[in-house]
Amino acid sequence: MKKRVYLDYSATTPMKKEVLDEMLPFFNVQFGNPSSIHCFGRENKSAIDKSRGIIAKTLNARTEEIFFTGGGSEADNWAIKGVASALKDKGKHIITTKIEHHAVLHTCEYLEKNGYEVTYLNVDQYGLIDLEELKAAIRPDTILISIMFANNEIGTIQPIKEIGVIAKENNIIFHTDAVQAYGNVVIDVNELGIDLMSLSAHKIYGPKGIGLLYIRKGTKIQPIIHGGAQERRRRAGTENVPAIVGFGKASEIASEGIEDHISKLTYLRDRLINGLTEKIPYVFLNGHPTKRLPGNVNICIQYIEGESLLLSLDMVGIACSSGSACTSGSLDPSHVLMAIGLTHEVAHGSLRLTIGDYTSEDDIDYVIEQLPPIVERLRQMSPLYEKVKGGN
Amino acid sequence: MYSDKVMDHFTNPRNVGEIENADAVGQVGNVKCGDIMKMYLKIDNEVIVDVKFKTFGCGSAIATSSMATEMIKGKTVKEALNLSNRAVAEALDGLPPVKMHCSVLAEQAVKSAIYDYAQKNNLHYEELDGYNPNEEDDHHDHGVEEED
Ligand code: FES
Repeated sequence: MKKRVYLDYSATTPMKKEVLDEMLPFFNVQFGNPSSIHCFGRENKSAIDKSRGIIAKTLNARTEEIFFTGGGSEADNWAIKGVASALKDKGKHIITTKIEHHAVLHTCEYLEKNGYEVTYLNVDQYGLIDLEELKAAIRPDTILISIMFANNEIGTIQPIKEIGVIAKENNIIFHTDAVQAYGNVVIDVNELGIDLMSLSAHKIYGPKGIGLLYIRKGTKIQPIIHGGAQERRRRAGTENVPAIVGFGKASEIASEGIEDHISKLTYLRDRLINGLTEKIPYVFLNGHPTKRLPGNVNICIQYIEGESLLLSLDMVGIACSSGSACTSGSLDPSHVLMAIGLTHEVAHGSLRLTIGDYTSEDDIDYVIEQLPPIVERLRQMSPLYEKVKGGN
Repeated sequence: MYSDKVMDHFTNPRNVGEIENADAVGQVGNVKCGDIMKMYLKIDNEVIVDVKFKTFGCGSAIATSSMATEMIKGKTVKEALNLSNRAVAEALDGLPPVKMHCSVLAEQAVKSAIYDYAQKNNLHYEELDGYNPNEEDDHHDHGVEEED
């Protein structure tokens, strides 16, 4: 069989067998509606609470501060719209960054159309925000700071603890989208001063379609989905019990093995970065060299375009992604790559390879072996490369 | 997402390269996504006897350049000027709507090279009337990619 190497773990992860096994009975045997009074319902209610408890523990949060949602994007929407509507009398100013996930950015743009003001913080060449710029952006009417924990494209990890301190000093709610960070960075909501946090199960080897919003006790936030008393009246809708159970199991596995996971991925990541930058000329790393997710590699390969790279890699069984305009549907290059100061042309050659638990050293070496001739072939076709080589 | 023909032309592009002492060279940039295509022509007695290209762009841009070069090779300059991006896309068994603009780039590269030829040799082609290689061109069929 043809070799297949999956290096798109930031897009999604395969579910672990233990997670699937845990979920299966909840589809047909233990199928009751958790809101029902009878035993079919009750046993599911307790399964949900068990998951809630497991997840809370991994975050050093309280069980009653975990609210399940239909995914990370819903959690982001809820955090921002929910605070905006709860605090609209206090103020209508929100601070976020230019490199957020679209679930945050588009929600903020939506609020701007509805009378709110949003400050989008810049980032430096590594993708880090400037804490002084954050402090300067705070106004008396600022009601929310929403800054992602770790970036999905370039992997940069923000100074969350410092942001938490600034938010607290100014009495502003602090939300972080930790969808990429969870399971890859140790998160303690109390130590980091986080008030609201979005998580998703399918990035940590759990099922798709389930996420959560951590809400620190006492945080002012309105529901955005109305219609039932589920999730302590804050998020209506019959609970997705199998997914919640799976989320709990995935969290448990992720938090138990996090030290090994981090060190293994970091090793493979650096092996891949070093291998590629040594073997291919005109390649550089995007994001921060050390303040980055353990499994994230994002490079720019100059003078070629990302979609043609993805197609060529796919032909040899390697699956990854790119921030090139040509891959984006909207034909705009990645807003993250633009924010770290890349030109449109250089962003064209971006390649994101994200490593996970099933990645082997063999896989990494396979990419290091396969990519250079692909790059060379595409460069031979590129009118930009002939100049570099001194031809013309 | 791509037809077998597109994949074939992407994997084995025809006529990649440069022509030394070309009679015409054209380079165009894609206003949509920033890609670049360069085309070289060898013209003998109004017939395109050789053509080569280089492209910095996506799979569809590479495939449409390759197909366009095949379609104009051996044709007269006039015939080449009548090559439409639609025809190139059709010859490739179609392109996804969001990728139609890449085929415009191929059509433009041919035009821009022939424009260069006309300028150098003081020739006039009515197909080039009103054509300005430095102008963004919006009169082409870009497909329905606007829908986002
Ligand atoms: S040339 Fe960029 S999408 Fe085809």
